[in-house]
Amino acid sequence: MVRRTAALAAATGLIAPAGALADYALNLRPGVTPISREVYDLHMLILWICVAIGAVVFGAMVYSIIRHRKSRGVEAARFHENTSVEILWTLIPVLILVSMAIPATRTLIAMEDTRDADLTIKVTGYQWKWHYDYLGEDVSFFSTLATPPGAFRDASLRTADYLLEVDNPVVVPVGRKVRFLTTANDVIHSWWVPDLGWKRDAIPGFINESWAQVDVPGVYRGQCAELCGKDHGFMPVVLVAKSEPEYEAWLAQQKSAKATRAAAAEKTWTLEELMQRGGAVYAKTCAVCHQANGEGVPGAFPPLAAGHPFAAGENLLAHLRERGFLDADGNIVLGPLEQHIDIVLNGIEGSAMQAFRDQLDDADLAAVITYERNSFGNDSGELVQPAAVKAAR
Amino acid sequence: MTTTTAAHAEHPEHGPARGLMRWVTTTNHKDIGTLYLLFALTMFFVGGAMAMVIRAELFQPGLQFVEPQFFNQMTTMHALVMIFGAVMPAFVGLANWQIPMMIGAPDMALPRMNNWSFWLLPFAFAMLLSTLFLTGGGPAGGWTMYPPLMLQTGEALPFVIFAVHLMGISSVMGAINVIVTVLNMRAPGMSLMKMPLFVWTWLITAFLLIAAMPVLAGAVTMLLTDRYFGTAFFNAAGGGDPVMYQHIFWFFGHPEVYIMILPAFGIVSQIIPTFARKPLFGYSSMVYATASIAFLSFIVWAHHMFTVGMPLAGELFFMYTTMLIAVPTGVKVFNWVATMWRGSMTFETPMLFAVAFVFLFTIGGFSGLMLAITPVDFQYHDTYFVVAHFHYVLVTGAVFAIMAAAYFWLPKWTGHRYDERLGRIHFWLSAVSVNVLFFPQHFLGLAGMPRRIPDYAVQFADWNMISSLGGFAFGTSQLLFLYIVVKTIRGGARAGAEVWEEAHGLEWTLPSPPPYHSFTEAPEVR
Repeated sequence: MVRRTAALAAATGLIAPAGALADYALNLRPGVTPISREVYDLHMLILWICVAIGAVVFGAMVYSIIRHRKSRGVEAARFHENTSVEILWTLIPVLILVSMAIPATRTLIAMEDTRDADLTIKVTGYQWKWHYDYLGEDVSFFSTLATPPGAFRDASLRTADYLLEVDNPVVVPVGRKVRFLTTANDVIHSWWVPDLGWKRDAIPGFINESWAQVDVPGVYRGQCAELCGKDHGFMPVVLVAKSEPEYEAWLAQQKSAKATRAAAAEKTWTLEELMQRGGAVYAKTCAVCHQANGEGVPGAFPPLAAGHPFAAGENLLAHLRERGFLDADGNIVLGPLEQHIDIVLNGIEGSAMQAFRDQLDDADLAAVITYERNSFGNDSGELVQPAAVKAAR
Repeated sequence: MTTTTAAHAEHPEHGPARGLMRWVTTTNHKDIGTLYLLFALTMFFVGGAMAMVIRAELFQPGLQFVEPQFFNQMTTMHALVMIFGAVMPAFVGLANWQIPMMIGAPDMALPRMNNWSFWLLPFAFAMLLSTLFLTGGGPAGGWTMYPPLMLQTGEALPFVIFAVHLMGISSVMGAINVIVTVLNMRAPGMSLMKMPLFVWTWLITAFLLIAAMPVLAGAVTMLLTDRYFGTAFFNAAGGGDPVMYQHIFWFFGHPEVYIMILPAFGIVSQIIPTFARKPLFGYSSMVYATASIAFLSFIVWAHHMFTVGMPLAGELFFMYTTMLIAVPTGVKVFNWVATMWRGSMTFETPMLFAVAFVFLFTIGGFSGLMLAITPVDFQYHDTYFVVAHFHYVLVTGAVFAIMAAAYFWLPKWTGHRYDERLGRIHFWLSAVSVNVLFFPQHFLGLAGMPRRIPDYAVQFADWNMISSLGGFAFGTSQLLFLYIVVKTIRGGARAGAEVWEEAHGLEWTLPSPPPYHSFTEAPEVR
């Protein structure tokens, strides 16, 4: 099988890493938690039961198809009912089902037992990234796709982990029971790492509980599993399991990084510094909708570059007009600064524009607004300091 | 019965009106059946073209042909068009043609309503498809239309919802017509337990339609008011509950699944006995099994949403009820096999499709049983394993049954035999390519590929490419089906009244093609 598919891949000039193919191609993976292995065993049990039933049923059919043909001169029998046979093939499946239900119930009860966790991580789905919050540790961060956008069109820029790589993976200690609380900020997402043996929906306004105890250190990759809009396919989950000391070291490092960020918000920035930082924030956070060139997507995401026309639903146009970002001819204009800060901080209710007040810190917000007002042909020369953002909160 | 037919032939033919107005104003069950079937065939190709876009984009990793937002519009529209535009109208078309002929009635009971229920559909689908050209494009939140995502749809939202309302009204009217016809217009002597199974399965399907479609209409209406009238049914910030939508939707959605498969069971139960030259095994158990499946369909809905975080008791309940469905479904499969057993079989095209149905639908049944196991469903849910599962039951299940029915009854409808050689070529092309298309999707899902993504990690590349090749082959093969149907309508060897060697049932007592009004005098059924 591997050879055949490899030959096909070679024939079409496709580069497939052979190692990944071998582990990944045909079956569910046993995973790295006690639960994931139980799930795998259950999967295999039911698969083999189905194969056995299939062998009997299909065997009888194939035999009949070969032997009971008119072309072999067979006269059709006339039998057409038999109550005992009907009862038999009702009862036997019931017994088989009971034998499946017992282990399935046991596993399900274990999966839903989230008591006595050593550590709780709140996972929040956003369009289109994940946010992780280590409850009680004051550590939280966003995790976004690290694949460069160029790689979507250019295969030479793809790594082996194409679409399954993020900037900040979620880190857990091995051998500890970790409770995951899943929720969402905008639409429904679903948090899934196959090696943990489950996925759980992240639903706005609701908090779901699940747990995992990873036994083997390593990097485990998964994806959002619930359709969540345009970039549903581009919000992977990467989970890194580290030994206890390495995990503690990572946690300490996260805390010190946070202190550095807090200091950055206090100082006064130059235009150059703001533009540099803002460009990076823009590329990571805004370009997904408004595009790297600031020209947006007609009908859905408005351009940020002044002077560009924008056609869209009247709802969306009205929002832009009343905030001073759209002129009478339907062209985008650079609206007032206070409105700009307000839109980025609070979003636009009833549109795809999110509130970034909790997603970005004051320095990032100041930088990105400065960047937007001085790029793509916009040249307001305005400079927004973190203090101004803080005041607007 | 022969005397009835002979007597009928002496009557002057009440021919249809001429020209286009014949089709617009018709109240004749055969004309309306034809309209439904041609509409379904058209939509099958429209939805199929969308599937080709999807498979082309997934041929290789990376973004090649379409933008992610348009990809999502394609997956959403493909499902809506295939479910509401192709499979359901095809079954209604078959019901229209066959039920009056099978129960010995002159026509459907409510002919004017019949006309209306068909003519709503072209308008509904014109509106639905037109959303692709609106600013912001068509619906892209999946055919399940889950909020809050669905509420981010642009201008298309109200058009989609109104189109769904029209389709629902059309289906409910069609269902009422079937029930009234079956309960009131059977020939003397045809007791319920003497009805052909196709009529039985349609009768039960019609009750499912009446129970389920209004629930869908309610769910989408709540979406409409959430978006435009300030309600918060599904908005947690306003005290609503997005998961409630899923419960309501799947309370419709699961019966809907059986609406698309029960008539297929009926078709296969007509065809296998004919070509095995042996009566259907376990007729009454087939009827009871169908009724049990219909009942169970109302208490299993939450297995479509095991990952939303239901209480343990709920997860267990829905796991057990879902597993139970395997019992009556198994009974049906065993009965078909027992019908074939020690028969004297021949394998004309309808039989080939029917036998393939039993094989491949059973594979879909097995993956369905696997999906019922809640703890493992947490892995399978929303992956290509699910995509493989429902395409096995809907394409190699429902669509194969519809094709079997078309080949089975086309000679009756047109009076011409189809080209048997081409029919068999069409079958083998379809049967091989459909497995190349969907079987690898099991592997993709188990390996971890989510549904509804326009681009994927490189380890999924090989099977996606194979699946796409199968898809292109399957899509192309259906052009042959179109050619065969058109050719048969236009001419061909004359078909006699009985068409098939051991064809039993009232429809085969009428000449081929049958007179415009099927039975003006009720035949006697012993």
